[in-house]
Amino acid sequence: MSARLAGWLFVGPALLVLGLFFALPVLSALALSLTDFDLYALADMRNLRFVALDNYLELLRTPLFWKALWNTTYFVVVGVPLSVAVSLGAALLLNAPAARLRGLFRTALFAPVVTTLVAVAVIWRYLFHTSYGLVNWALGHLGIDPVDWLGDPRWAMPTIILFAVWKNFGYNMVIFLAGLQAIPRDLYEAARIDGASRWQQFLHITLPQLGPVLLVVGVITVSGYFQLFAEPYVMTRGDPLQSTVSVLYFMFEEGFKWWNLGRASAVAFLLFVVILAATTLMLRLGRRRGMV
Amino acid sequence: MSAGQSIGREVGQSRLHALLVNGALFALALVSLAPLLWMLSVSFMPTGEAARFPPPLLPSELSGENYRALFGRTGMGRNFLNSLLVAGAITIGSLLVNTLAGYAFAKLRFRGRDRLFQLLLAALVVPAQVAMLPLFLLMKQLGLVNSYAGVVLPALASVFGIFLVRQYARSIPDELLEAARIDGAGEWRIFFSIVLPMLKPVLVTLAIFSFMAAWNDFMWPLIVLTDQEHYTLPVALATLSREHIMDVELMMAGAVVTVLPVLLLFLLLQRYYIQGLLLGSVKG
Repeated sequence: MSARLAGWLFVGPALLVLGLFFALPVLSALALSLTDFDLYALADMRNLRFVALDNYLELLRTPLFWKALWNTTYFVVVGVPLSVAVSLGAALLLNAPAARLRGLFRTALFAPVVTTLVAVAVIWRYLFHTSYGLVNWALGHLGIDPVDWLGDPRWAMPTIILFAVWKNFGYNMVIFLAGLQAIPRDLYEAARIDGASRWQQFLHITLPQLGPVLLVVGVITVSGYFQLFAEPYVMTRGDPLQSTVSVLYFMFEEGFKWWNLGRASAVAFLLFVVILAATTLMLRLGRRRGMV
Repeated sequence: MSAGQSIGREVGQSRLHALLVNGALFALALVSLAPLLWMLSVSFMPTGEAARFPPPLLPSELSGENYRALFGRTGMGRNFLNSLLVAGAITIGSLLVNTLAGYAFAKLRFRGRDRLFQLLLAALVVPAQVAMLPLFLLMKQLGLVNSYAGVVLPALASVFGIFLVRQYARSIPDELLEAARIDGAGEWRIFFSIVLPMLKPVLVTLAIFSFMAAWNDFMWPLIVLTDQEHYTLPVALATLSREHIMDVELMMAGAVVTVLPVLLLFLLLQRYYIQGLLLGSVKG
């Protein structure tokens, strides 16, 4: 057998799986989003009609879609900077020469990342319970009245954001830590001789040196956070007052609760476009500022 | 100010600095672990104890009733086995499929190889959820809705896995493979007896990643599995939590059973996991 044939044989199984279960469905989703595929079509394909861009146009007139898009954007715009900041802060602490027991701390801070999202979301739901949750009990000692964290439309999304930060910061922390360790020591040495404070060293050495890593981390986190789904599914079911309905939650309900698969496919594509636009914009801005 | 005083002050400052750094790390570690420790503690409380006020931190007596109820009444034992089966099958299958492809992309020359690989990388921008609706219809056509195969098959190959293996396999010297070919070894033999042993570290990494991703996966199993008999743990737990709103202790036992296997796996093989994470993100 020639190496050339072997090459195709070896990539064959992977291509088959990715082609059949990913590429084909993605292309079909585009086609599906241009039809009125619903429960009737599911029963009998003859009920299927081509509707061109009707699904998209109708979605843009659906208040709940806009609400879901707004909620998701809120989650991304507040959640991503907060997550990245906590990750960077934790990495700086772990990288500080004064830090002890680094391995142990790193493991502890990383632990939430590997846990099962659904399971820890259930834990948080009880910790933030209005009447017997530990969080309100602790706040009570500071003289703060109980907050209805997951039942108050103003607080539900912030609570989910806090949860996401807790669950995810360890991942980017490890990446930042590797980035920090790659910064040449003598840069700091020289700055210290020039009398630069810790804060000045951070602003003028650490941040610029971390530029490319920051950009990559930002892009990955933004695209991940736009795909918010399990948190509202488990913690709030999209409530209160639909304040935690995310785009994917909306898609899931449209598709698998009401079986409007055509409309749901259009939702999926709109989300894809939003993610693509946001990340492309970030990369453009990053490039212009010379971060990469 | 004498030199001695100045040094003394600096030592004092750096002590304060060390205290602040380690104190902050300790606080962060506490916040990270507290919910998990609380989960473990509550899972051993007698029914109803966690819903008292003030909320107790430790069980008044160690009770195993939640775990008995979990595996008995709620049938979570079955879901545990489902998860084990599905995650195990995905790990073994995807290990073979991704390793073959990753090695081929790194070391075997064939037409269109590099363009094909770029196409795979480009596909990473498409969120997996875009494929899920038609994938459900496809599974329906294939009669695989509500079957383990419906969960396992789409997870048998991943661009990330292929990428990971390719990065690592590029370090295998070409001369070694050429020498084997001159000795008359076939491509399969070369793969199994020369390449696989050299890839061992990245195989461990890939195995942990695949297992954890499969174990923790939620949205696709939720869609394709339609009855409780077939649910994986996260799906069963989510369903249970929507029913047993007040039964905190039982839910926490369920959470422990779900989280513990992946947490232990991570603690045991942490080095490989972190290496894979860095190989997959920064150096990419």
